[in-house]
Amino acid sequence: MILVRSLSKHFGKVKAVDDISFEVAEQETMILLGTSGSGKTTTLKMLNRLIEPTNGSIFINDINILKQQPEILRRGIGYVLQNNGLFPHYTVEENISVVPQLLKWDKKKTHHRVSELLEKLHLTKSQLQAYPNELSGGQQQRVGLARALVADPPVLLMDEPFGALDNVTKASIHAEFKALDELKKKTIIMVTHDVQEAFELGDRICLMDAGKIVQQGTPAELLFQPKNKFVRDFLNEQRLQLEFKSVTLKDLKHQLKKFDHNGFEPDASVWFVLEKLKQDGGKVVGFEELISAFYYYKKQQSA
Amino acid sequence: MNDQQQTLWDFMRQQSDKLATQTLEHIGLTFVSLFLAVLVGLPLGILIARKRKLSGTVLGVAGVLQTIPSIALLGFMIPLLGIGPKPAIVALLLYALLPIIRNTYTGITGVDASVKEAATAMGMNQWQVLFKVELPLAMPVILAGIRTATVITVGVATLASYIAAGGLGEFIFGGISLNNTNMILAGAIPAALLAILFDFLLSRLQSLNLKKIKAATAALPVIIFLLALFYFIPSAYGSKLTAGFTPEFMGRQDGNLGLVSKYGLKIHTIVISDAVMYKAAYEKQLDVISGYSTDGRLKAYNLIVLKDDKGIFPPYYAAPIVRDDALKKFPDLEKTLNLLSGKINDSIMTELNYRTDYLHESPERVAKDFLVSKNLWRPERGGNAGIVRIGSKIFGEQYILANMYSMLIKGYTDYDVATKTGLGGTKICFDAMTNNQVDLYPEYTGTGLLVILQPPANVVNLVEASKEKTYDYVKKEFEKQYNIKWLQPIGFNNAYALMMRQKQAADLNVKSITDLKTYLDKK
Repeated sequence: MILVRSLSKHFGKVKAVDDISFEVAEQETMILLGTSGSGKTTTLKMLNRLIEPTNGSIFINDINILKQQPEILRRGIGYVLQNNGLFPHYTVEENISVVPQLLKWDKKKTHHRVSELLEKLHLTKSQLQAYPNELSGGQQQRVGLARALVADPPVLLMDEPFGALDNVTKASIHAEFKALDELKKKTIIMVTHDVQEAFELGDRICLMDAGKIVQQGTPAELLFQPKNKFVRDFLNEQRLQLEFKSVTLKDLKHQLKKFDHNGFEPDASVWFVLEKLKQDGGKVVGFEELISAFYYYKKQQSA
Repeated sequence: MNDQQQTLWDFMRQQSDKLATQTLEHIGLTFVSLFLAVLVGLPLGILIARKRKLSGTVLGVAGVLQTIPSIALLGFMIPLLGIGPKPAIVALLLYALLPIIRNTYTGITGVDASVKEAATAMGMNQWQVLFKVELPLAMPVILAGIRTATVITVGVATLASYIAAGGLGEFIFGGISLNNTNMILAGAIPAALLAILFDFLLSRLQSLNLKKIKAATAALPVIIFLLALFYFIPSAYGSKLTAGFTPEFMGRQDGNLGLVSKYGLKIHTIVISDAVMYKAAYEKQLDVISGYSTDGRLKAYNLIVLKDDKGIFPPYYAAPIVRDDALKKFPDLEKTLNLLSGKINDSIMTELNYRTDYLHESPERVAKDFLVSKNLWRPERGGNAGIVRIGSKIFGEQYILANMYSMLIKGYTDYDVATKTGLGGTKICFDAMTNNQVDLYPEYTGTGLLVILQPPANVVNLVEASKEKTYDYVKKEFEKQYNIKWLQPIGFNNAYALMMRQKQAADLNVKSITDLKTYLDKK
């Protein structure tokens, strides 16, 4: 779907992005993780040519985007910014309708699509005529997401989309984000410096440092087979929580004999299940089996 | 002051036609300039917001333009664009430019970077980003710039009357020259009200919310354009010749009023400052001007004086006038000043004026050369027995006289001299004297009579008959009313005169003002 080859961006002598390559499969969520200055945002912005690369090539659906007209390219890619970047002089409706207007959709179609998204993102009809500054931070972020999704682009780029939100709002938006059917069909590339967020939302993670990709892989691969000390150190904080989050019931299915699967999806994380069980007061059969299966799995992976 | 002591309200009612015309001209002038300034400034502001490297240069140049004194800028425009509305509009435009460019630049560069990035990332091209996002968001700041520019322009537009572009300045500067406070106020108050009104209206526009501002922004250019049209309404007149008269001449009985009442002269008249009047006549922008009979430019520009066959211009003999207390304080002063009396006749004064006005020799040099040639010059004594303060009005002849007096005082007495030259007009000069800011300045008998004393018409008619009667009358009245003494006349008579280009006057066979009227009345 997205193919990045030997991509570099130099600002004068500074190599902000230094010869990186990666691929993102269709409908996959790829996280660019790293500290500030690691080059993750620069990488993201090269994908819709907000920043022009110094070297390298980028293909989306086998099209070399560096040869495409940038405006046309961008209208086909959703983009969500950290500070939501909503137009303060446009109402919510006008904000969401920006891309359809550029694509010259007729009014009826636009209106229908806006209403549909509004419902899915838990915004009310009355908020359509509001201006962004009249909304809460979480609501603004949802409008930003609606604006990116309105033309149903196959690819979505997100630059620290939840960075400006408090932890409580963030947690509930994460949950919605994962549940949103609109997003399940998208190929998503998301930049974040928040390790928890990366593990919660990412199918795969590119850990970047000083313009290079240090390691890319699934969350479990980064946790249990770190390539070097940098990766290990980066993930050391709250390691246990990360491990619980990155291992799913599917991974443990050979060890779980008595465990009651009722109500749990196969790709629910151990963390999610433990949280649920805690709420239910430990009545569910197989709590201990789950824990020991997890440790067995962990040992196997690290071996 | 006036014999009937008319109130400001009376004056405004009496002059309501003129007032309306001038106000419309003023509004028109302001908004033509403003419209053009927006047309130039907005794109320039956008350009430098895009190409920041240019911003220093462009803002620098606009800033320098802003610091040029307004009169000087108007002066620069005359060789390029002549007189009338064109140079005035260009000068006003240049003044309005800086706030518009700077605020456009600040407004656009001040738009939140993430909003601009979002607009680009949504797939807008450069122009769409500009018109849909940057300009609307920068609009409050841009409007603030236009607001500043409007107020500046309303103010500076009063100066447009100096170069015959009309506007409320005609009353203001006419009033200053004529010592007529009502006339000054009749120009100044409407000008101030216009500034306040436009400022208020634009402030309302600025405080509209974002949604309404879209409609308002679209309406603004239309409104400015419509207001600009005012300027072209009053210009529906036609006449074979065009006259340029100074604001002072316009309002004087021994000026345009007399021309109309005694000669019945009807000519298309524009109001202009005497600094540019002669040049404009020479360059055929004007056909008839109101000059001074000893002006050096008369010679420089080949102009001739039309004979005043009905005698409406009274004699204007020049003499130093001095405060009585100064004469007491400096006992040698009167004797010294009188050294010059009877020494300069009309043709000498014209020659001296020619050297300063046209050959651009410094007044000091011209003054010294003259004193040396008359064996009056003595080296400075460098005394310190007190400082005599000499004033002068703002034209060449007065500078020369002030310099002569200064040299004489320094050479013949132990006093030192402080000069306050270039006081703009009779009123300012005379007020400086009554307020004890200057001790002496050269004044003219006719001005003393008609501008300062302003006696009833019958007295004027009586004393105007001869130069001696005029001199005696002003001498007596100044002493009585102001404790100011007229010393002996210098000799020359610098009266008002109508002038034309020699060649044109010969072609049309016009020798006197009556000839001129006859020519104009012919179909």
